[in-house]
Amino acid sequence: MNIVVCVKYVPDAQSDRSFRDSDRTVDRDGVDGLLSELDEYAVEEALKIVEAAGEGEVTVLTVGPEAAANAIKKALQMGADRGVHVEDEAIHGSDAAATSLVLAEAVRKATGGTPELVMTGMSSTDGVMGVVPAMLAERLGLPQVTYASELTVGEGTVTIRRDGDTASETIEASLPALVSVTDQINEPRYPSFKGIMAAKKKPVEQWGLADLGIDTSQVGLDAAWTSVVSVTKRPPRAQGQIVADEGDGGSRLAEFLAGQKFI
Amino acid sequence: MEGMSDPLDLLDLDSLLTDDEKAIRAAARQVCADAVDPYVMQWYEQGDLPAARELAREFGKVGLLGMHLEGYGCAGLGSVDYGLACLELEASDSGIRSLVSVQGSLAMFAIWRFGSEDHKQEWLPRMAAGEAIGCFGLTEPDHGSDPASMRARARRDGEDWVINGSKTWITNGSIADVAVVWANAGEEHGGIRGFVVPTRTRGFTAHKIHHKMSLRASVTSELTFEDLRLPADAVLPDVRGLKGPLACLSEARYGIVWGSLGAARSSLDAARRYSKERVQFDRPIGGFQLTQAKLAAMATELQLGQLLALHLGRRKDTVGLRPEQVSVGKYNNVTKALEICRTARTILGANGVSGEWPVMRHANNLESVLTYEGTVEMHTLVIGQALTGESAFR
Ligand SMILES: Cc1cc2nc3c(=O)[nH]c(=O)nc-3n(C[C@H](O)[C@H](O)[C@H](O)COP(=O)(O)OP(=O)(O)OC[C@H]3O[C@@H](n4cnc5c(N)ncnc54)[C@H](O)[C@@H]3O)c2cc1C
Repeated sequence: MNIVVCVKYVPDAQSDRSFRDSDRTVDRDGVDGLLSELDEYAVEEALKIVEAAGEGEVTVLTVGPEAAANAIKKALQMGADRGVHVEDEAIHGSDAAATSLVLAEAVRKATGGTPELVMTGMSSTDGVMGVVPAMLAERLGLPQVTYASELTVGEGTVTIRRDGDTASETIEASLPALVSVTDQINEPRYPSFKGIMAAKKKPVEQWGLADLGIDTSQVGLDAAWTSVVSVTKRPPRAQGQIVADEGDGGSRLAEFLAGQKFI
Repeated sequence: MEGMSDPLDLLDLDSLLTDDEKAIRAAARQVCADAVDPYVMQWYEQGDLPAARELAREFGKVGLLGMHLEGYGCAGLGSVDYGLACLELEASDSGIRSLVSVQGSLAMFAIWRFGSEDHKQEWLPRMAAGEAIGCFGLTEPDHGSDPASMRARARRDGEDWVINGSKTWITNGSIADVAVVWANAGEEHGGIRGFVVPTRTRGFTAHKIHHKMSLRASVTSELTFEDLRLPADAVLPDVRGLKGPLACLSEARYGIVWGSLGAARSSLDAARRYSKERVQFDRPIGGFQLTQAKLAAMATELQLGQLLALHLGRRKDTVGLRPEQVSVGKYNNVTKALEICRTARTILGANGVSGEWPVMRHANNLESVLTYEGTVEMHTLVIGQALTGESAFR
């Protein structure tokens, strides 16, 4: 089975993140980036499927600036076979709809038009919208099975378990399909030293919008359906509330917890 | 240069590393952060390493074991890669780095360099994967710095070898599947010879050494050989005399040149953070000149040590190292690392003696590191000999 995993390069959540004053997009200068942690689960799951099948290839696809090559590199170090990096000045500021358009065309081109399985994380760790998988499935005309915490590939089908608040659903879809996975599905592997050395020899294709037949007017800040009007830094955390026990400490604690809907 | 400097890399020494080296380092750090850091204090307090086998397998998966050796399932990386990994391991704990050093640089290296093809095929792939653990027996109860005078004897009995004697302070001794044991076989058989001993062999016993106040998250043992009978092919065929074990020690010492700086970096990091948060006399203690003088000295020594380690690493991969060069590295870096950890201890005040912080654990660990793989005194004398042509050993 050949699998395309869509991954995103995101600013490290450990570092100080901010927005650019000029266009209120995420400021990537001086901030370390990395492969979105939630996408590591998708890469791991894809590797496991191909390893179990004993055949097939895992392609990692990213849309992002030059540094996003690092996200591909990490996935190749984990064991993916090849990478596709779509990079184009015009993509800067694209919203989820435009991102899914670029991804869809890149998936088509990477698979000769017929993907077998497309996988994604459940959302990015920076935007955290989680809508791209659904949009991408729609654009590719694939059944979408999202938030998989367990995945089995059968004869022409893929079956997932999706854990909800009140019930766990088992959902089956016909292949080809798009699956997004949660952080419960597996334990992503570390890149091994051998993987790190092998990754250097793996092919990475570089495509621009022209290669995908996408007009620059369809993407970027100007084409976005929504725009960020203003950004305000979250105020510093206020000091917590101190309950002095004057005999009624217990009930006041309970009141507080109930007030915050913790109990 | 623009931007803020990294407090742990004021000189931007990272710029001297390749992207691959940084990736290797990151992978080593990640496995330590996940498999070691959350548990190591508990192991240290217990004075044991109950997870040694799981750890070995985790390290094997990443490729840490025998990582600088070629073939037989080893990663075949360079000396700087190996050094960077040692540094990350020791930033977690010297005991954990010792597990890896003894496995890769002593036991595996001895087999890889001096063993028969059968030895290599039998042991190296399993050891690289962490499925088999090795130890290295040189030191004896009465013979430490002067191993040439060792008492362990190997005599021939027909085709077989029969070993009698004992070894002590042997890292991994009671958890090992295979021991590389050095014994005197007599002049007619080449003097000191190395033997590959499966630890299940009758006549081999290992007892754990208790009450260590240092390197507690590491298993150290006493080995006894009582009429330990081995087949003819158990001997390492390709080396005779003390230069065998010394070649292995040189490999491991090189790793320590880097490793010790890991303990130092971790301690400096803890002290620096603490100094910014701890307020006395209405200001962070990091604002006092005495504290800054300590931090400045620690950071400077750390970076000088890193430059030294990197220089030795690059030479090792290109032209090779002379023994006194490794001695300069171990002598300087372990001494300075120990000083850094002790100074960090003072910055943390009472918290410095607590196991909640890593600094006292690191400082205590480095007491062992200062002594094993050639005591700091012996390395001083090696350097002295190189300078004067006079041996002051005996
Ligand atoms: C935790 C730990 C793990 C170890 N793991 C291993 C292992 O896996 N395998 C192994 O074989 N060994 C191991 N060792 C042993 C270690 O290598 C020895 O302790 C070391 O070589 C010193 O020997 P010694 O302790 O007998 O000290 P000694 O040689 O008795 O030295 C005592 C003191 O005298 C000094 N001294 C000795 N000779 C001279 C001289 N000529 N001039 C000046 N000063 C001198 C020494 O420097 C030292 O200060 C380990 C030790 C420790 C603590």
